[in-house]
Amino acid sequence: MNRIEVEDLNVCFDDAHILKDINIKIPKNTVTALIGPSGCGKSTFIRTLNRMNDVISGFKHTGMIYLDGEDIYDPKIDVVDLRKKVGMVFQKPNPFPKSIFDNVAYGMKVHGISDKDVIQERVEESLKSAALWDEVKDKLDKSAMGLSGGQQQRLCIARTIAIEPEVILMDEPCSALDPISTTKIEDLIHKLKDDFTIIIVTHNMQQATRVSKYTSFFLHGEIVESNLTERLFLEPEDKRTEDYITGRFG
Amino acid sequence: MQTVFWASGIITVIILLVIIGYILIKGLPAINLEFLLAEPIDSGESGGIAPMIVSSIYVTLVAGIVAAPLGVGAAVYLAEYAGENKVVKLIRFGAETLASIPSIVFGLFGLSFFVIFLGMGWSLFAGGLVLALMALPTIFQVAEVSIEAVPRSYREGSLALGATKWETIYRVVLPAAIPGITTGVILGLARAISEAAAIMFVVGSALSMPISIFDPGRPLPLHLYVLATEGISMENAFGTAAVMVILILIITVVTNTLVERYQKKMMGR
Repeated sequence: MNRIEVEDLNVCFDDAHILKDINIKIPKNTVTALIGPSGCGKSTFIRTLNRMNDVISGFKHTGMIYLDGEDIYDPKIDVVDLRKKVGMVFQKPNPFPKSIFDNVAYGMKVHGISDKDVIQERVEESLKSAALWDEVKDKLDKSAMGLSGGQQQRLCIARTIAIEPEVILMDEPCSALDPISTTKIEDLIHKLKDDFTIIIVTHNMQQATRVSKYTSFFLHGEIVESNLTERLFLEPEDKRTEDYITGRFG
Repeated sequence: MQTVFWASGIITVIILLVIIGYILIKGLPAINLEFLLAEPIDSGESGGIAPMIVSSIYVTLVAGIVAAPLGVGAAVYLAEYAGENKVVKLIRFGAETLASIPSIVFGLFGLSFFVIFLGMGWSLFAGGLVLALMALPTIFQVAEVSIEAVPRSYREGSLALGATKWETIYRVVLPAAIPGITTGVILGLARAISEAAAIMFVVGSALSMPISIFDPGRPLPLHLYVLATEGISMENAFGTAAVMVILILIITVVTNTLVERYQKKMMGR
């Protein structure tokens, strides 16, 4: 079953045509990797999925994006509800300058959960799921800004998990991290795919092969090829995909 | 070249220390418990300055309570909602103009508008309102810069968690901008608390202890001005000046300490 279906998506910012005729199906509870050179539209694409582009001036789109069969750009859709279902982890860890606890509790408070026991419990669960609990359990009231980059990124993942989304978008979540932190995040992605549908943008092709089941190759705003990750890397159907993954450009 | 800058720095610090030192040396001998707690006798030739200290506190509180929300509110509107358009340019231009108006003109406006037209009469409340107008541009400008300095990534993080724009502003942006906003409020109020010209036509210059903010009164700078210009007592004028300097120092040091502590907690350093 598909969690997300995108049909003929075109995105423009003012006169710049960033995404062209994007068609993709994202199956439920799998990891889908989006690869491609810088500026190919991968980030723009995932930011379209939780409507983060809405606030950028000049954003226009045509085509359809369905989440569980519902058109997410339908005027009746509440963006707040959509973002509750489609969480996002950014390229640079961006915890709030608040305590570790408050960072994880933030989304719940915003969504009107005020029962302290519920919040307490879910903060702990989320930090455990994000493999961060053991490192921070004794300093939950300390500022999140004091954590290392890798810990901050796992905190951002915990913060996202805490609102119990269906989909987690990850925009190059490891590009600002050292190799050890990267491994931890990748292990985490493996664990999370049982409960969440994950779409990860990555520059790193090894990472795509390590974490994802499906991969789509973006080039100049188009999807050149989508396939099972293994197939895409071993037997690319398109010459451009082959050139990219063998390092001839990009 | 470095020497030139070094010298400029040193000269600035020396000038500052000389002025503060001179005021304290001339003023401290006049200060004792009676000076701080008693009402003035013979127009301030002897006695104390207690009503003036209370007057100063009243006008500053009124100014702060009026100007801080207004200035911060305008800053939030401009930094978060307005984008770039003619209204925004007009508000910014208005703030700059307001900042450059001479304080005596504010005083004249206060007299004709608050005291006479609105019928408030001579009162510390009217004085506080005039000082609020004077503090407003500083608070607004510093607050706007602090709000704009909050990283975009905080806002995106909050929006992506399903927070609305307003929730993002008051739960993430404003808390992160609080240190800067506080500095702006203190800068604006420090200017207001030391202002004589702006309030001299407005507060009524009464010598007795003001009971409420709607009574006339005589804040410290105005008392200092009267003592010195009317040749009543130079010693007490310097005493009043020293009290003012110490008050401002206390306010600055206390807020700086609080802001630093808050920042440390927020940033985990």
